[in-house]
Amino acid sequence: MTATIPLVDYLALDPAPHLVVHECVSCGARYFDRRNACASCSGTEFRDADVDTDGELKSFTIVSLAAPGIPVPFVAGVVDCNGTSVRANVINVEPDPEHVTLGMKVRLATYSMGTDDEGTEAIGFGFEPVA
Amino acid sequence: MASDDIWILGIHMTKFGKHPELDTVDLAAEAAMAALDDGGVAMQDMGVLAAGNLMGGPVGIGQALQKQIGQTGIPVYNVANACATGATALRTAIMAVKAGECDMGLAVGVEKLSGAGLLAGGSRSGDDKTWKPRGRYGAVASVDGRVGTETMPGVFAQVGMEYGHKYGGTSFELFARISEKNHAHSTLNPLAAYQKRFTVDEIMGDMMIAYPNTRPMCSANCDGAAAAVVVSDAKRKTLDPDQQRRAVKVSASILTTDPWEAACQVLPDVNTLTRNAAKQAYDQAGVGPDDLDLVELHDCFATAELVHYDNLMLCEEGGAVDFFESGAPQRDGDRPVNVSGGLQSKGHPIAATGIANIWEVCHHLRGEAGDRQIDGATVGLAHVIGLGSACGVHILEKAA
Repeated sequence: MTATIPLVDYLALDPAPHLVVHECVSCGARYFDRRNACASCSGTEFRDADVDTDGELKSFTIVSLAAPGIPVPFVAGVVDCNGTSVRANVINVEPDPEHVTLGMKVRLATYSMGTDDEGTEAIGFGFEPVA
Repeated sequence: MASDDIWILGIHMTKFGKHPELDTVDLAAEAAMAALDDGGVAMQDMGVLAAGNLMGGPVGIGQALQKQIGQTGIPVYNVANACATGATALRTAIMAVKAGECDMGLAVGVEKLSGAGLLAGGSRSGDDKTWKPRGRYGAVASVDGRVGTETMPGVFAQVGMEYGHKYGGTSFELFARISEKNHAHSTLNPLAAYQKRFTVDEIMGDMMIAYPNTRPMCSANCDGAAAAVVVSDAKRKTLDPDQQRRAVKVSASILTTDPWEAACQVLPDVNTLTRNAAKQAYDQAGVGPDDLDLVELHDCFATAELVHYDNLMLCEEGGAVDFFESGAPQRDGDRPVNVSGGLQSKGHPIAATGIANIWEVCHHLRGEAGDRQIDGATVGLAHVIGLGSACGVHILEKAA
């Protein structure tokens, strides 16, 4: 069996792919990266919390010009997952404004980024339209 | 009896555009010397120098400028606050004068960006042969393009689209029409990097950068510098009548950062800190949005201009589309916005922008704006935002 590794450490692959945040114990503010103190209330205790895998696309852009090596066009957006804003690409969709619309329902999806020289497969994520 | 008011005594912006023969220090020197000359003062009169340059210049731009035009031993503050760097430099000089450390100060912002291309986003070529977690998110590969976009046109496209999602009424064409306005305005500004008028069709048909922002809807990379001399009220009163008449009152000088917002952890929130800055500025100046004769706001992209109509309270909350459709922000409208041509055509030499927009407002308040003069202008507002974020708002008033 191939070993897998997520693109980012806040993507959990088991039992089913989902995103995990550091949540402030005192006020509930959520962060994808580590914080020494909560930027909202200065609390210093955090716990892991799962982010809903379903959401609504609250903003997007279709990037046609990017840094060298990045395939274009692609759809970048912000997904509202039941109150948690998530930055992600919108995938498994034609990258044009006819197929990508504000407010569309989306869900977390993963894909293989390929296998490295040591046989480890990296798993990326995005959000895809709910059919 | 002198008040604690601060005045812009002299101010200048260089021609924005390509200056291949001038380096960063040359451009800063040109702006600084012209601002001193405009104020009828000299480097020897300055008690403080605040200077900003973000990319490509010497490490200490302030000291390099002193060596170029006058080393008098005064304190130098080299400041950096992304696109709000110029406003931060100006505010630093204002704070020094206001604190009573000196009675005159100089602020300078300068940038050389011609041909710089996209200003953010990581190259994909750096991916390793093995997947190893790195950095704050334990990423095994570059996240730009895989987890959203780091390019500025893409980030600000989302800022405008988010507004559209919240309030409705936006479209690709609407954003293109905002750009059409600013490019039309630029035809009257000889210091703009570009003075070309475009039709809405031309703007929409141009090269797509990050939907809905096409190339003419993005701020223009260019070279340029701007500088301002500030003076205390007590000192101003000792100057000759013509200097006093041309001085422009700084009725509000505000700098804000993001208060905590859930969503600003993933997409910069340019709204809350701008609204906070605007509220504080109106309060400090004792004027309201309806009193403004002109506004220079940070239209780094066409999608950004729309949201700042709302953030600066030029319209009701949620009413930015209606405000634009009413014709108010056109140069012959009730609340002209970016009569300079804005960042999309005047250009955006990053650290110079936050002083150049104040130069534009001062130019009108002094009645010296030539073909693009807004007649009878007495109050104006200048706004910049640097991602991260920092927002500068200045309200300026004609001398009574």
